Parts: sequence; C-alpha cells; structure tokens
Amino acid sequence: MAEVLVTLAAIVTCMAFLMVLWRFIKGPSPVDRIIAFDGLTIVSITGILFAALAAERGIYLDVALVYALLSFLGVIVVARFLERGF
Amino acid sequence: MAEFLDILGALLLLAGTIFLLLGGLGLVRMPDIYNRIQAGTKATTLGTLLSLIGVAFLHPEWSLKLLLIGVFLLFTNPLSSQVLARAAHRTGAHKSSSMIVDHLEDDLGEKP
Repeated sequence: MAEVLVTLAAIVTCMAFLMVLWRFIKGPSPVDRIIAFDGLTIVSITGILFAALAAERGIYLDVALVYALLSFLGVIVVARFLERGF
Repeated sequence: MAEFLDILGALLLLAGTIFLLLGGLGLVRMPDIYNRIQAGTKATTLGTLLSLIGVAFLHPEWSLKLLLIGVFLLFTNPLSSQVLARAAHRTGAHKSSSMIVDHLEDDLGEKP
C-alpha cells in the first residue's frame, strides 16, 4: 500500500518537473527562466528524496542539502546579474 | 502501528507532490510575471515541506537531516522570491497589459 503511494508520488513529481521545464524552455523573459530554474531545483530536491527512499540510504540527504545551498546561491547571483549588468 | 505510520507518511508525500504539481501548473498557466513568482515559490515551498514531513514518517531515523533541509528551505525560498521580484521590476520585464497600477515606480519617480 505505502509502496504504491510512494510510486504514485514519484510519477506526480516527474509531471511537475516537466511542467516547470516547459516554462524554463518557453519563458519569454530571462526573469521567467530564473523563476523556472528556482522551481526546477526545488522539485529536484524532492527527486533526491525519492532517490534516498529507493536506495534506503540516508547519506543522499546531504546531497539534497548542498544542492539546495548551491542552487539558492545561483539564483541570487543570476538575479543580481540581471539587475546590475555584471 | 508501523504500517499505519508508513501509510500516513506516504499520503503526506503524495500531498506534497500534488502541491508541486499545482506550482508547476501555475508556472505554465499564469499570465503575468509576478503571478508566476507567486505560484513558483510559495506552492513549491509548501510541497517540499510536506514531502520532507512524509519522508520523516517513513524513516524516523533521518528526521534531523530532514529538519535541517526544511529550515534551510524556509529561510532561502522567500529570500530568492523577493530578489526575483526586484530583478523583474528593475529590468522592466514585468510590464504587461494586465498591470495597471505601479506604486513602486511612482515612489521611485518622486524621489529627489
């Protein structure tokens, strides 16, 4: 029962990833693309949670933490770049 | 009892991913850039937090790391949302026919 629900949740996460990716490719302005990039990284953190659940290894959560830190820095840097020019 | 906790955790995980899906749907469907920021950051924050709580029910021994990730997301997501909104206003990418009143631009214009 629980395994079926977790598999269903993983499929829903893949659908959410594809929808955000559509906005990332289409986005008319660069700011739209950064918003979509932020969404992609947040969805990817949930994806890493599913990888940790599938492998039964808690060490993968450290990867999720570092990934969240680096993606946050990337979003801030690109947003500052768009404001100031460089 | 363990079976019940497993099913509860899986249901919370599914609810969180449904919120992620709704955030993605908002990113695709919303007409304006500020509406997209709203959908793309708030809904996904709630979805990720619900997923973290669900995984904590499934594996109670991972709770500390999951709490760390959750607190970190609670700190950083509103910050990145604010920086994105400011970048949208300063680059002028937000101008569209659906946006009529812009009090921030009026305030900036009145400054000596």
